[in-house]
Amino acid sequence: MSTPENTGPGPDPLTPVLTRRWTAERSWTLESYEELDGYQALRTALAAHPDQLITLVKDSGLRGRGGAGFPTGMKWSFIPQGSSGPGAKPKYLVINADEGEPGTCKDIPTMMADPHSLIEGCIITSYAIRANFCAIYVRGEALHPIRRLRAAVAEAYAKGYLGTDILGSGFDLDIVVHAGAGAYICGEETALLDSLEGRRGQPRLKPPFPATAGLYASPTVVNNVETIASVPAIVAGGSAWFREMGSEKSPGPKIYSVSGHVVRPGQYEAPMGITLRRLLELAGGMKDGIPLKFWTPGGSSTPMFTAEHLDVPLDFEGAAGAGSMLGTTAVQVFNETVSVPWAVMKWTEFYKHESCGKCTPCREGTYWLEQILERMVHGEGTASDIETMLDICDNILGRSFCALGDGATSPITSGIKYFRQEFLDLVAQQPVVARPQQLADMERAERTISTSLSGASA
Amino acid sequence: MTLPEGNPETNSAVAAAPAERQWSAQPHPSPVSPTFDEITRRRAKEIIARYPVARSALLPLLHLVQSVEGFVSQDGIRFCAETLELTTAEVSAVATFYTMYKRTPCGEHLVSVCTNTLCAALGGDAIYERLKAKLGIGHEETVGEPGTTGSLTLEHAECLAACDLAPVIQVNYEYYDNQSVASAEALVDALRRGEKPPPTRGAPLTDLRTVELELAGFTDDPVAAAAAVAGPSAAVETLRGVQLAAERGWVAPAMPAEHPALPPLPEK
Repeated sequence: MSTPENTGPGPDPLTPVLTRRWTAERSWTLESYEELDGYQALRTALAAHPDQLITLVKDSGLRGRGGAGFPTGMKWSFIPQGSSGPGAKPKYLVINADEGEPGTCKDIPTMMADPHSLIEGCIITSYAIRANFCAIYVRGEALHPIRRLRAAVAEAYAKGYLGTDILGSGFDLDIVVHAGAGAYICGEETALLDSLEGRRGQPRLKPPFPATAGLYASPTVVNNVETIASVPAIVAGGSAWFREMGSEKSPGPKIYSVSGHVVRPGQYEAPMGITLRRLLELAGGMKDGIPLKFWTPGGSSTPMFTAEHLDVPLDFEGAAGAGSMLGTTAVQVFNETVSVPWAVMKWTEFYKHESCGKCTPCREGTYWLEQILERMVHGEGTASDIETMLDICDNILGRSFCALGDGATSPITSGIKYFRQEFLDLVAQQPVVARPQQLADMERAERTISTSLSGASA
Repeated sequence: MTLPEGNPETNSAVAAAPAERQWSAQPHPSPVSPTFDEITRRRAKEIIARYPVARSALLPLLHLVQSVEGFVSQDGIRFCAETLELTTAEVSAVATFYTMYKRTPCGEHLVSVCTNTLCAALGGDAIYERLKAKLGIGHEETVGEPGTTGSLTLEHAECLAACDLAPVIQVNYEYYDNQSVASAEALVDALRRGEKPPPTRGAPLTDLRTVELELAGFTDDPVAAAAAVAGPSAAVETLRGVQLAAERGWVAPAMPAEHPALPPLPEK
């Protein structure tokens, strides 16, 4: 395999910005962070007008790193400002650190290795949107990141970066590191807000959007860890510097988490738009030389890709153009030893477990999809199962309350799209298994259907 | 079409209304409260003080309850309800929604095996099956007398966000990365003997209750807490990208020497 070289005039193949401090001695401490230019961007930001910061982030083209890719500066500008009407309410910043999308493992190392970059980003962002309270909602299982964040918050308070009258600016901010309790759905921003309010984490109907009625029904910005950790670098480097990496519509660096059947899985920070071919070269190629079969560009909720997508640029437009989504750039690589129906079954078990139960299409749909797939994988599939699953997916996609339901259909529809024959072969090679109970059910169902609904009992 | 007279209730031969029952109010303070001592009550107040609205304290309060009881009992639910002036139904609804709140007494340690797709494909399923057979327990079941040394609760977990280190196990939410069936067996053997093997990433192993107290935001031992923060975090995998870039001399474009001027204020 050839060594990847930087040939063109563009940036280097890897551009550590968010990860640049990770190898420093005791990188999580304030001392280490300040030695590497930490909290300098904060001083620049506090000397500016908040609206200038919003414009800066807009100009930089930074897009949300939590999966949806919404322009960050625009999100901030939606927060109503002013001394009367909705602008008079308190504003809040909430950090979504509920990392749990299968394959995604970028925020947890970020919070462990460099918690101060997130905290500095939180202070700058809160100042820009005029928030005086910020909550970092970390998934409960991420204990070590919670520890590091809390220690970092305490250091920042002691140094005067948090609390009242920060660095003499007159700006006050409190940060709370809030531990979740194990619910994937809380990564959905409105479910996260409900959870943070001490309720079951179930999504809210939108509109109203969090920008107008978020935490405690007040204007709220909800942003991902990687998004906010990018902010200090943008203040320090400027929007033009940020745009030297990535593409026009998807600028900046991004942490690609490469996992699965590769020689060297790990975190690779590259300009947006890198291809899997390049990532595989960096990660040492496929493990044991077994060929690639399928992969996800950004977690299990993004439709899977195959070997024919090796050269798809992994930015928001590139992934969408090829029929998937960029998601969280959680690149999970599977080789030819892995059965697609099995993998799809495992993912579906996950969605069924994590469906919050609020809306019927997702709650019932994932329940039945899981049973069909388990039946199929355990040797009792039927020829009509594939169409039944596609039909159920069609009834979930776009009809569920939030993106969890949509995401649940992604592995199934994309798996069938690229590997329909594997599903058919799996069903075909299965011996016909007698299922007396189900056959009796079917007969009963047929009798019921043939009964005319005349109003009289049959 | 003619409709029958009356309605099903009035036409019914027996009265459909349930017998009236008298409900007595809970004595105040309720008799269960002594489970939660003065220090726990003070901590509960501290948690509430962190938030602009008291109810936001419910999730950390439930972690606090688990640190006292080892699980969330009906007493624990009543404690949260009393503290936040909620109904027990409101608290139950929350406690039963989240995976990390356990409703039956747990072991000294909680062993969580990731069996999501990627970990499973790399050996997580085999690890979980082996541990189940070895310990003779299933999901959220406990071997040993709950709370005693060497007792442990097993569970299969959804993605633990360490996919580059698959397959992973967590013990009390500390990471044990790159596991195999053999290493997982050795791990639970050691735990059963009362040993505390160090995690690959995280703090020196304690027990589930101590960790739940930490999640609620407290620690009994400041020296141990400082050591916990310094526990290892950077696995080889975590640093691969940065180190490869350093080896090859790859860097991000240079930032300007001075912070560039911010854009002018937008005109209204």
